[in-house]
Amino acid sequence: MNEKIISLTCGIIFGIGLVISGMTNPSKVISFLSITYNWDASLIFVMGGAIIVTAPLFYLLRNNKNSLLGNEFSFPKKTGINFKLIFGSILFGTGWGLVGLCPGPSVSSIAMFNPLTLLFLLAMVLGILFNKFF
Amino acid sequence: MYNFTPIPSLIGGIIIGISVVIFFYTTGRLAGISGIFANTILNKKNRISNLLFLIGLVIGPLFYFNISKVQINFEITNSIILIFIAGFLVGLGTRMSGGCTSGHGICGISRFSIRSIVATITFIASGVVTVFILQNFGVHL
Repeated sequence: MNEKIISLTCGIIFGIGLVISGMTNPSKVISFLSITYNWDASLIFVMGGAIIVTAPLFYLLRNNKNSLLGNEFSFPKKTGINFKLIFGSILFGTGWGLVGLCPGPSVSSIAMFNPLTLLFLLAMVLGILFNKFF
Repeated sequence: MYNFTPIPSLIGGIIIGISVVIFFYTTGRLAGISGIFANTILNKKNRISNLLFLIGLVIGPLFYFNISKVQINFEITNSIILIFIAGFLVGLGTRMSGGCTSGHGICGISRFSIRSIVATITFIASGVVTVFILQNFGVHL
């Protein structure tokens, strides 16, 4: 039960952060990626702002085994650079640059009541399912 | 610089960071949205929690619009084909590489994961190239 309330709360906080940061506006994301034409570097500050909060926590918890709710801290098991990491990142970056939406903002933009975001989400689900073939 | 908004972006980033910190410290899981999204569909484990996180992502902006009364900026291409291709590539690409802007870009980089640093540089570079090519075909958003 606790975990569910925390998940919802963290989602709400994350969503508010996304809107304030400007990440939920696709044209602002495109301007960030458009370094040769009317570049808007603001979104570097989103990643920077988040990392100055998260990096100290990960450092402080480096020797802890369990979270407050008693779960073991879980980290991605994969290490090392491989073809799927690079190729997947290229595909993701291409999709991100085409429209200006990445997964978090694409979910948050349901709040904009624009049917195009639902089409984006549907296509994203298909892409996730298609990954089973790799 | 065009529409430069470093202060709201920094504040938004800090708020996102606070969410990641609370989520990780309490549940022990990393708040990578592409992972949460894909696991909601594919994985029975933590399905309700993951779905609630996604619902929160929608409630957050609605709540913010209601209390702040700020103008909502949401400008997106009207090309259905472009949106479909982009959504598909974002879904497939983030699953192949195991993360997105939040999973690799925030959680991974702040843990100094080499995999995530490489992924983040790659997807930003790929996005920059994509936008450059689109603009040279005359598509300006």
